[in-house]
Amino acid sequence: MTEHNGDASIVGRGNKDGAHLFRQWFTELNQTAEHDGRAAYVFVMGSMAELLRVFDLPIVFPEINSLQTAVRRVAHEYLNEAEDYGYSPDICGYVKADVATQLRGGQHPMGRIPKPSLAVYTNACNTYIKWAEIWERMYHIPIFTLDVPGTRAAGAQTWRGDADFENDRRYVAAQIKELIALCEEVTTVSFDIDRLREVMGYANIMNRGWKRVLELNRSRPSIFNAVTDGTIYLGVTNGFRGTATGANYFEALVEEMEYKAAAGIGTMTDEQYRLLFVGVPCYPIFRRFTELFTEWGGTFVNSTYLWFASGGTNLGFEYDLDRPIESLAEGILVSVRDAMDSMFFQDRILVEMVDTYAADGVVYHPIKSCRTVSTGLADNRRALMAARNVPSLFIESDMMDRRVVSEAQLKNRIDAFFEGLASRRQQAAIQQA
Amino acid sequence: MAYAAGVDVGSTQTKAVIINEDREIVSRALTDTGANVVYAAENTYNEALTHGDIREEEVEYVIGTGYGRYKVTFGNAQVTEISCHGRGAVHMFPNTHTVVDMGGQDTKAISVSTNGEIADFCMNDKCAAGTGRFLGAASTALEIPLGDLGPTSLLGERPVKISTTCTVFAESEVLSWLGKGKKIEDILFGVHKSIAARSIGLLRRVGIEQEVTFTGGVARNVAMVDALEQGLGLKVNVSEDSHYMGALGAALFALDHILASRVPTKRKEAAA
Repeated sequence: MTEHNGDASIVGRGNKDGAHLFRQWFTELNQTAEHDGRAAYVFVMGSMAELLRVFDLPIVFPEINSLQTAVRRVAHEYLNEAEDYGYSPDICGYVKADVATQLRGGQHPMGRIPKPSLAVYTNACNTYIKWAEIWERMYHIPIFTLDVPGTRAAGAQTWRGDADFENDRRYVAAQIKELIALCEEVTTVSFDIDRLREVMGYANIMNRGWKRVLELNRSRPSIFNAVTDGTIYLGVTNGFRGTATGANYFEALVEEMEYKAAAGIGTMTDEQYRLLFVGVPCYPIFRRFTELFTEWGGTFVNSTYLWFASGGTNLGFEYDLDRPIESLAEGILVSVRDAMDSMFFQDRILVEMVDTYAADGVVYHPIKSCRTVSTGLADNRRALMAARNVPSLFIESDMMDRRVVSEAQLKNRIDAFFEGLASRRQQAAIQQA
Repeated sequence: MAYAAGVDVGSTQTKAVIINEDREIVSRALTDTGANVVYAAENTYNEALTHGDIREEEVEYVIGTGYGRYKVTFGNAQVTEISCHGRGAVHMFPNTHTVVDMGGQDTKAISVSTNGEIADFCMNDKCAAGTGRFLGAASTALEIPLGDLGPTSLLGERPVKISTTCTVFAESEVLSWLGKGKKIEDILFGVHKSIAARSIGLLRRVGIEQEVTFTGGVARNVAMVDALEQGLGLKVNVSEDSHYMGALGAALFALDHILASRVPTKRKEAAA
């Protein structure tokens, strides 16, 4: 971790340390691959990292591997390779980039990715299940579906003490016990409940920190960009969940963000418009995409992505270490449900975000590759517009495939959106005068 | 008397409009954009100046719009064609609340609030289905001049179903209908209905509120106006200057700038 001398030196530490941790994580994965070591393949919505760390299983997030190929501008090579192999252009870009990575023996721009010994996933995304079946066929490994009951209706999340919740918790806890047995079988490591308590303790610190960091961006000016900076923090929430490193990182990040908020240090020198981002980022032109907004003085103060792609840990759920298995089941239930609701029932969440983050506009970014996060966005947008008089922008591209990303067309729409925001502000000023 | 100008550099054609302080069009010009976008902008603007017998120094402010707006090198500022078409439409038809702009490469649906603000907008994605290019493909396949497509289509009685959403495949679909012995008039009727249906889909996304104004080059096509009105079930506004609506909107924004620069400082600060 970066040392700091005096408060001002901590500004930017989260981004710098986050990038360093990211490289460290991939270096370790590379070493595991070189030694043909064991690894668990997991997904961001319900990674079960807390449990897998007890068995010393390095954790691989194929979603993150895939998006990294896009950020590093080589995704098209991977997508083409998978399509040449026979995968349809209409299949999820993350899946195809991963398939190509597997076909290449794990070769990836960040290093070599180890083969899976086990895959664990929830039902939060329907593609997870079919994706894991590909590894099952390729490597003949066990795959484990953790079935998390959804909330059944918009805004119907139930909580501890509710009869439905307790039934669901028992259902999830029973599955966790099955997963423990499977992990013991795969790793030959015996389950250690005290180790689980330790890991969950670190996760508690991270969850608390992530919630606080998100809340701190209500500051004006906003202290981080939810799409660019936020994605770095998001990477750490996933890759280092349940570790001392991850817990320390988030304690330091809270310190940095509290300092920035108190000192009025914004992510922009001249913040003009506070925006919310809905969907998955446009990774093929990741930096440029955000610049199209910052050039107009627009910054993203929050994003549904930071909610659902953190597996719902934005809620800051804290485990009860006195009853770890039951509490892990509760945490998974609450967080994964929230992740699903952040994708499917966004209108209420966004209404709250518009109010609490004083948003000037909402940017919807449906993507071709992912029906799960994109279907329903048009309805959600209508619902939001009915509930709040807030301008919104609907732009379509992709999180992986640059063939369906047109920067010129995106810019045209974004420019028009800001022209509308400026005109709206001008009209309001004239009326006040 | 100061003049303001708007230059709309579209994918197919470039349009220039010069207005006076009374917001009246005093000159207009139109050329094919071609490969040299900078030249197209300059050439069209110069034509408008010549046509209106206006000296360049009499034009106080020029705004570029359209996909080539950043290639209007002599312009003072740029505004997107979305804002410009909305502004132009409201100027021509003050009760406009919805605008459909059909150009060579894209179609836009724009919702305009009562004070002329762009409330919402929606455009076709990277595919050119439902745009002027779609008509161009039909024109090529049927060997009928672009200007004759509309009148020919109006003679159709039984429109064929154009099911493809791709401009490239539309051409082969048109040819396949010819191969099946369908009348050219009915094929064109089907083509216009297909484009109108896609445009109405975009309009529904922003909400259809009367009055609806149809802008862009395709608005000159009588069959497209008819297909839109049939599909929407209401009358749409079409100006003789529909093709120039983006350039007109840009000129109006340019005039705003000129007039604002004359406003005393305190009032400007209040509006800033």
